[in-house]
Amino acid sequence: MAEPLLRVDDLKVHFPIEGGMLLRKQVGSIRAVDGVSLTVNRGETLGLVGESGCGKSTTGLAIMRMLTPTGGRIAFEGQDITAYDKAQMRPLRRRMQMVYQDPYGSLNPRMKVRDLIGEPLVVHGLASDRRAYEDKIASLMRTVGLLPAMADRYPHEFSGGQRQRIGIARALALEPSLIICDEPVSALDVSIQAQVVNVFVDLQQRLGLAYVFIAHDLAVVRHVSDRIAVMYLGRIVEIAKRDTLYRSPQHPYTQALLAAVPVADPVVEASRSRAIVSGEVPSATKPPPGCAFHTRCPHAFARCRTELPALRDLGDGQAVACHLDEANG
Amino acid sequence: MSAVSDIAVTASAPPRHPVAQFLRRLVREKPFGAAAGVVFVLFLLCGIFADVLAPYGYNQISPIQRLKPPSWAYPFGTDNLGRDLLSRCLYGAQLSVIIGLSAAALATVISVLIGTLTGYLGGRFDMITQRFVDAYMSFPELIILITVVSVVGPGMPQIIVILSLILGISGSRIIRGAVISVREHMYVHAAQSIGASTGRILWRHILPNIMPPIIVLFTTRVGTVILAESGLSFLGLGVPPPAPTWGGLLSGSGRTYMFQGPWLALAPGLCLTSVIFATNVFGDALRDLLDPRMRGTR
Repeated sequence: MAEPLLRVDDLKVHFPIEGGMLLRKQVGSIRAVDGVSLTVNRGETLGLVGESGCGKSTTGLAIMRMLTPTGGRIAFEGQDITAYDKAQMRPLRRRMQMVYQDPYGSLNPRMKVRDLIGEPLVVHGLASDRRAYEDKIASLMRTVGLLPAMADRYPHEFSGGQRQRIGIARALALEPSLIICDEPVSALDVSIQAQVVNVFVDLQQRLGLAYVFIAHDLAVVRHVSDRIAVMYLGRIVEIAKRDTLYRSPQHPYTQALLAAVPVADPVVEASRSRAIVSGEVPSATKPPPGCAFHTRCPHAFARCRTELPALRDLGDGQAVACHLDEANG
Repeated sequence: MSAVSDIAVTASAPPRHPVAQFLRRLVREKPFGAAAGVVFVLFLLCGIFADVLAPYGYNQISPIQRLKPPSWAYPFGTDNLGRDLLSRCLYGAQLSVIIGLSAAALATVISVLIGTLTGYLGGRFDMITQRFVDAYMSFPELIILITVVSVVGPGMPQIIVILSLILGISGSRIIRGAVISVREHMYVHAAQSIGASTGRILWRHILPNIMPPIIVLFTTRVGTVILAESGLSFLGLGVPPPAPTWGGLLSGSGRTYMFQGPWLALAPGLCLTSVIFATNVFGDALRDLLDPRMRGTR
């Protein structure tokens, strides 16, 4: 296969914890992302799921180079961008964009929709021809299902779903090849979620976009993703093609996540058995030794407490990081 | 999709200009502040139209009419040279308006410049600049004022520049605080992620969103400047005579003839008190409505 659009190798993002009264010194670190490797091909959607605090958003921000990775390597369109500075990233910002979780906070309340959508064009010097600029904004608004006549309104005049469409139009303005979607529908009503998700799917088919789709809602991820990576405490514990993952999840954590998805039938819901995960996610400042999941895993055995399982390839694009799986076969 | 859009078209609130909307809120929620606002606006108008309103020239001497108490001809009375006190107070208002507005505007610009740069850029630059601001703020303002004026000599331009520097530097703290809280908003992050320059982020994203504290800072500064200028004039370091500043009126004929003509001290004193009081109350009301976070700052 050709070089993937995005390749992330062993990405680490650690945030320092500083202490001391007068002289700041580092007393520890939060291992938000601790060795994540993944690839995204052109026109593909990679779902990234996990509980709050598992490092999925941090991974997204590191790929956007909104923060500097502690270790590892990020390659985008064949360029190693791990150590790029602000000026070097600027031309690349046209090629990768981000859609944010909060449709209320991510749009400047003092800017009109026209200026919000047009801002990326202005920033990258693509707004010299006034007429073409206006046309572009109108066509972007139509693309995401907004009326171009609403261009002179302010964000507070729109509903959450419409604001998210504005955010998507903004991301599309520069015709990127990759969009990082950081929980783009979690803040929306369920009825609106489907509409916005369909905007994403529809755009991908038309424009050949690749997405990294970060979410905690497995139903949404299932709908949009080609492949899905499951994260736990800064690491990927399982990655597989969508159908494989939902049909035969290998990691106990994936199994538990899938089991936690409610079934829309009260009889089935009441009778089905569930893999129950109790307790809280351990602290990322002091991850447990061995497999990070062993504190909550129903199948944990001695080896899990001492040895960190590596991500093992099971074929057909599926890989899992679990000793259990290795022991079984 | 179009159905969703249509709903928004019909459901949007009836259009009302934001300024009109704000004035309604001011009258309804802060009637006292609204009244103070009216006094403030009247004072501005008096200052702007002093040449038209004043019945006599501010330096028009008529020796027969010396030290006349308030009457229909001279509503505020006359001073020891027979000059009409109402006219002098009106021209004093003019000077106060000129100094107050220009120094407060300049001070606000300085505050915004220092505040946005240190607040947004942060880091070491912020640390160092803020230590200078700390050092500066530890000097009593009046002492700095007196020292500088006695070196460069009294006069309106000097006073405007010095007052705006002093107030601008101390006010930068308030702007810096507002910038730091706005900086953390997601839309600033979003602008960074599309590759927007620092200048653009400051101008298009930060500045429009810190307008409330800027407006409040400006309004309260007007009062502070007028009071400081009056203090200087009272000490003889302000705008030199014969220009009739309120502070000068108090210290000159007002103090010397306090017992022969108490109106000489009362008239400028009341002007000063009511305008300062009105600006402060109006500024507080604006602050409460526009920027609740700023309660308790000076």
